[in-house]
Amino acid sequence: MNSEKRGPGFYVLTAFFILFVLFLYGPLSTIFILSFQGPNGGLTFPMNGVSLRWFENLLFEQQAVGDFGGAFSRSLILGLMTMLTTVVVSLLAGLAFRRRFLGSGPLFYLTIASLIVPSILISLGIGLAFNVFGLEPAWYSSGFGAHLTWTLPFGLLIMFAVFNRFNPAYEEAARDLGASPWQTFAHVVLPIILPSLIGVGLFGFTLSYDEFARTLMTSGSFNTLPLEIYGMTTNVTTPVLYALGTVTTLFSMAVILIALATIAVLRKRRARRLAG
Amino acid sequence: MTLSRIAPYLQAAPLTLILAAFLVLPIATIVMVSFWDYDSIQIFPDFVFTNYEETITSPVTWRTYLNTLKYTVIVWAVTLLVGFWVAYYLAFHIRSATMQMVLFLVCTIPFLTSNIIRMISWIPFLGRNGLLNQSLMTMGVIDQPLEFLLFSDFAVVLAMVHLYTLFMVTPIFNTLMRIDRALIEAARDAGASAFQILTNVIIPLAKPGIAIGSIFVVTLVMGDFITVRFMSGGQSASVGLMMANQIALLQYPAAAANAVILLVLVLLLVAAILRIVNIRKEL
Repeated sequence: MNSEKRGPGFYVLTAFFILFVLFLYGPLSTIFILSFQGPNGGLTFPMNGVSLRWFENLLFEQQAVGDFGGAFSRSLILGLMTMLTTVVVSLLAGLAFRRRFLGSGPLFYLTIASLIVPSILISLGIGLAFNVFGLEPAWYSSGFGAHLTWTLPFGLLIMFAVFNRFNPAYEEAARDLGASPWQTFAHVVLPIILPSLIGVGLFGFTLSYDEFARTLMTSGSFNTLPLEIYGMTTNVTTPVLYALGTVTTLFSMAVILIALATIAVLRKRRARRLAG
Repeated sequence: MTLSRIAPYLQAAPLTLILAAFLVLPIATIVMVSFWDYDSIQIFPDFVFTNYEETITSPVTWRTYLNTLKYTVIVWAVTLLVGFWVAYYLAFHIRSATMQMVLFLVCTIPFLTSNIIRMISWIPFLGRNGLLNQSLMTMGVIDQPLEFLLFSDFAVVLAMVHLYTLFMVTPIFNTLMRIDRALIEAARDAGASAFQILTNVIIPLAKPGIAIGSIFVVTLVMGDFITVRFMSGGQSASVGLMMANQIALLQYPAAAANAVILLVLVLLLVAAILRIVNIRKEL
């Protein structure tokens, strides 16, 4: 196909794709611009001057409602907990699924079920279960478990994709050279799949950091950041809402870019080592 | 020798335990509580069918379920159309693998940012004094602001398409990338037109991806409540929203009965999709 000339279909679809990207990023860029609204400006255009007023208000002043700092640090810690657990548990399960074992089928379907059961059901179910067992729900216990039901299926599916493409000849070579199973894993398998594990970690962190529906009934008495933002939408009428949106989106994007850069560096280093 | 025999069980144990504690047990609890009784202050163990009876006999329930299905069908159709062509463009029209990866990431990054913020970001665009109304009025297309843009069914569908299209793009892109290019070559040599190649070669081979994307979108829309609440301004109903309201009123058994019905409905829809398309090859 590569040697052909571009047909009219190419230009139509290019235009369509550009429109799609504009549709994805356009609204986000409007709140990004409006977060620099002047001190007297409102929630919509036109811009009434340009200022950092709303960022100052967000970061340094006491809000009438909510606790942005506390919610952010809770979401950050929860995201990191979810990320680490997702990476370790998906990796282990991915390794398990490379062989047939009793119950592998049901476990697989259970994992997929975790993905398709509506979030609000998980939220309600965990909330009720804690209630029935007389436990106090909290973001680091019930909320943590709720997030894992969402991140683990993604992690496992990524591990499936990784191990489907994994060439077992590398492991056989290591074994023939006398490596123990642990040495084979640590020095052969792990370095090869490391970039994908960072991908799993990225999913684990960002999905947890942004999760709303599954946190709703499971976070206990303290809000995570998405719950806090949702609370703000009902009673904040100044552009400080957009400033918050801009700050948290930039934070997400920074996390994504750092993860992607790390993956790129690891790939390049490995390619160089194979070449040298 | 024995260690290697039990190794898969040890490796699968953490996943199994987490899913047992936070998926199986909670759903079992929902089923149990859906038979419990409640008054205005508390819920108590019982075995009554009143929660189901009240849910099923109420016309509000039926209207809400129909409305949710309406959203599901519209959002599914739009995301399928948009998602297929985006995936098709990336898979067949972008020639360098690097460019493919970059453009795919451009589509993926918004998915990894907050849904709530992506919803909020429509307000300055669609609102009464929003960007769209302002520009349409300046251009003289309309005299007064269009009211239906925000806080309406239109806004709900738009926001859902915005949030969920990627779930359609990724699996379809994945299947399209695996199509052996020689098949398309062969079809062309045999005299097939571009349209015939699309309908006789590409779409049949993309079916598993389409099915996986459809399962994602259908289950996400069926269970959604935050998009409906936020983008309709409380004017439209969905099953998820009805449950959220029952939860807020502490009517847990009623919410649980609703949850069971929703779960059964979602599983039936997924089973229907799987009956039409066999996705096993894809996994």
